[in-house]
Amino acid sequence: MDAILLQILNGLDKGSAYALIALGLTLIFGTLGVVNFAHGALFMLGAFCAVSLQKLMSVSKITIDPSQLDFLGKPLKVKTPYVVEWFGPKFGNAIIDWNVPLAIIVAIPVMLLVGYVMERGLIKHFYKRPHADQILVTFGLAIVIQELVKANFGANPIPTPAPDQFVGSYNVGALIGLDASYPYWRLIYFAFSATIISSVFAFLRFTTFGMVVRAGMADRETVGLLGINIDRRFTIMFGIAAAVAGLAGVMYTPINSPNYHMGMDFLVLSFVVVVVGGMGSLPGAVLAGFLLGVLESFASMNEVKGFFEMLYLPSIDQIIIYLVAIIVLLTRPRGLMGKAGVMEE
Amino acid sequence: MSKFTRRGLIKTGATVGAGLAMPTFITSPLAAYTNAPTGGSVTLGFNVPQSGPYADEGADELRAYKLAVEHLNGGGDGGMMNTFSSKSLTGNGILGKKVEYVTGDTQTKSDAARASAKSMIEKDNAVMITGGSSSGVAIAVQGLCQEAGVIFMAGLTHSNDTTGKDKKANGFRHFFNGYMSAAALAPVLEARYGKDRNAYHLTADYTWGWTQQESIAAATEAKGWNTVNNVLTPLATTDFSSYVAPVLNSGADILVLNHYGGNMINSLTSAVQFGLRDKIVNGKNFEIVVPLYSRLMARGAGENVKGIFGSTNWHWSLSDEGSKAFVKSFGTKYGFPPSQAAHTTYVQTLLYADACERSGTFNPCGVSEALEGFKFDGMGNGPTEYRAEDHQCFKDVLVVKGKENPTSEFDVLEVVEITPRGQVEYPADHPMFAGGALGKCNPGA
Repeated sequence: MDAILLQILNGLDKGSAYALIALGLTLIFGTLGVVNFAHGALFMLGAFCAVSLQKLMSVSKITIDPSQLDFLGKPLKVKTPYVVEWFGPKFGNAIIDWNVPLAIIVAIPVMLLVGYVMERGLIKHFYKRPHADQILVTFGLAIVIQELVKANFGANPIPTPAPDQFVGSYNVGALIGLDASYPYWRLIYFAFSATIISSVFAFLRFTTFGMVVRAGMADRETVGLLGINIDRRFTIMFGIAAAVAGLAGVMYTPINSPNYHMGMDFLVLSFVVVVVGGMGSLPGAVLAGFLLGVLESFASMNEVKGFFEMLYLPSIDQIIIYLVAIIVLLTRPRGLMGKAGVMEE
Repeated sequence: MSKFTRRGLIKTGATVGAGLAMPTFITSPLAAYTNAPTGGSVTLGFNVPQSGPYADEGADELRAYKLAVEHLNGGGDGGMMNTFSSKSLTGNGILGKKVEYVTGDTQTKSDAARASAKSMIEKDNAVMITGGSSSGVAIAVQGLCQEAGVIFMAGLTHSNDTTGKDKKANGFRHFFNGYMSAAALAPVLEARYGKDRNAYHLTADYTWGWTQQESIAAATEAKGWNTVNNVLTPLATTDFSSYVAPVLNSGADILVLNHYGGNMINSLTSAVQFGLRDKIVNGKNFEIVVPLYSRLMARGAGENVKGIFGSTNWHWSLSDEGSKAFVKSFGTKYGFPPSQAAHTTYVQTLLYADACERSGTFNPCGVSEALEGFKFDGMGNGPTEYRAEDHQCFKDVLVVKGKENPTSEFDVLEVVEITPRGQVEYPADHPMFAGGALGKCNPGA
């Protein structure tokens, strides 16, 4: 039971990342009709907002300490971050330690701006082009973004730890009489994702802006005829989708040290999530994200792998998501919650 | 009247036939080999990952290669040429020819690595190919060089198979391997953690992971450890949480991470996040072991590497004259200490150049003969020998652990023990290395 509980938590955790990225993808597809293969790169850019802030906070004053030697036997250059210099060791180090939560504040405007620039500068020119063109141009953009990040930050993962207070694990199982410890930060990630997803849904559901966007998603032309500048609202939605992906990236950095390739690692899976959930369906994207995350986690259990090996299906953990996608598409071609008419012409 | 007789025909035919049947190496002078240099320069091919996940290691390898070329051509301070026991290298290029180089990008993909090596051989006339930061790549390129008739001086490749079942007469490896890591680590692990231990292995699912796991499991089991489970993880895995979680309830009190690079960083981070190192299992502290360390990669794992044991081929903090000379050269030129990848590639370049000088030719068969059984010192690893039977270098191995109180960003690992060569040596026909044949050197052309 302990192992099952852990894999459920793992699945929800993985599903959080899938759901957040898939939600952004679906928002863009639902509003602008664009299949955005650069969305994984936005997730990665969010993570590198945290890395950049960490580097910024590490900018240091250099003093020479003749009592210590460097690797060449010369007097050691001791680095003291200016943040520590200005605010004192206790408060200065605390600011550095809380880099990731602080990066959220930085990432929101940065990612909104990135999204806005991306939509106005490139994507809008492809609205009336075939989906294949959109995929090619956004995929190319993703490669350009990741190569730029690699050129500036290197290829290796960069450790971006969580604040000291959130290092370690919490015995979640004790709440129901089991013994299953789960890392604090992963629990926070799940709670954070749930909050962001709820906020996006609430925004679309309960605000006038959201109502107009939903109306535009249903019938863009009619909303336009009512004198509403729907294009402007859709551009803002693109920015919001970029911010959601960016925030998912920022919060993910303590889970896995970010590198330039992390967006691509998530991109393909997130597209499968969108397709399984149903193209254009926001609840479908979220549902499929969590569902596939949990299934993927269970598939990597030794007992499950052993069972499928007996059925001549080795490495089920690597193919489970695609297997489920095939089954769903064969039985429900529109996906779990897809609507009629979307990508069916 | 014709002088054409039956006897004459037989004589002539026999002479021509014998000539055609004679082995190439007797009929051809030593100059008849692939890409024999004709002008005043010789071209070497540096095939390293310049993109992809190991690009940082590739960049460090390339720095070392450029430094080696500079030293071979008489520039800089000479580095390890001053401490190398062989005194054939004089700073006048190789055999009087100026050393030039071309580079290729392996992308850490076997097909891309073979394509770039092929291009360097066929278009750039490279007489030797060297590099690689992955065993899959090294084995693929080694096979290509064997077919093409050029020497392959392997870079960072740690799979037993490179000089085991996939060994080739034209290929040479200075770097150590999985067996050596295990043989060096096991006694240290036994001394630190005791005999009665249950180990759970997570293993990267490709040639290096398999041979590394096989080696460390055998070596630790010989010390009394029990292998509870070995789970193969796909190379593309980024989130290891679902593989780490089952360890908690497996009864294991040791986790062995047969992972390298990004896999190592992510699996170790997951293991630490799940609180494994804070657990007490079977009345013992839970421990994690990383058999192959890379300083460049260890930096990516940050604080998580502290106190964790592993092995490495070389470390910049060594105090022998060769290491000091290399660190000084490299550090002065680039501003930071070299990695083990940089060290092994620099050494391989000098060893190749030295073999050419001693044999008096660039012919792969002459170079190969000069390298086989070659004993040398002054290159940072103590007395070393290129064993003739499998073209594997035998030397001391470093057991290291993540440093508790690093003084700089480069000060990630500390050397715990230098395991003598005798302890990590194995017979050429050891079962873990069986299955392939070295074959004969191929000069190509």
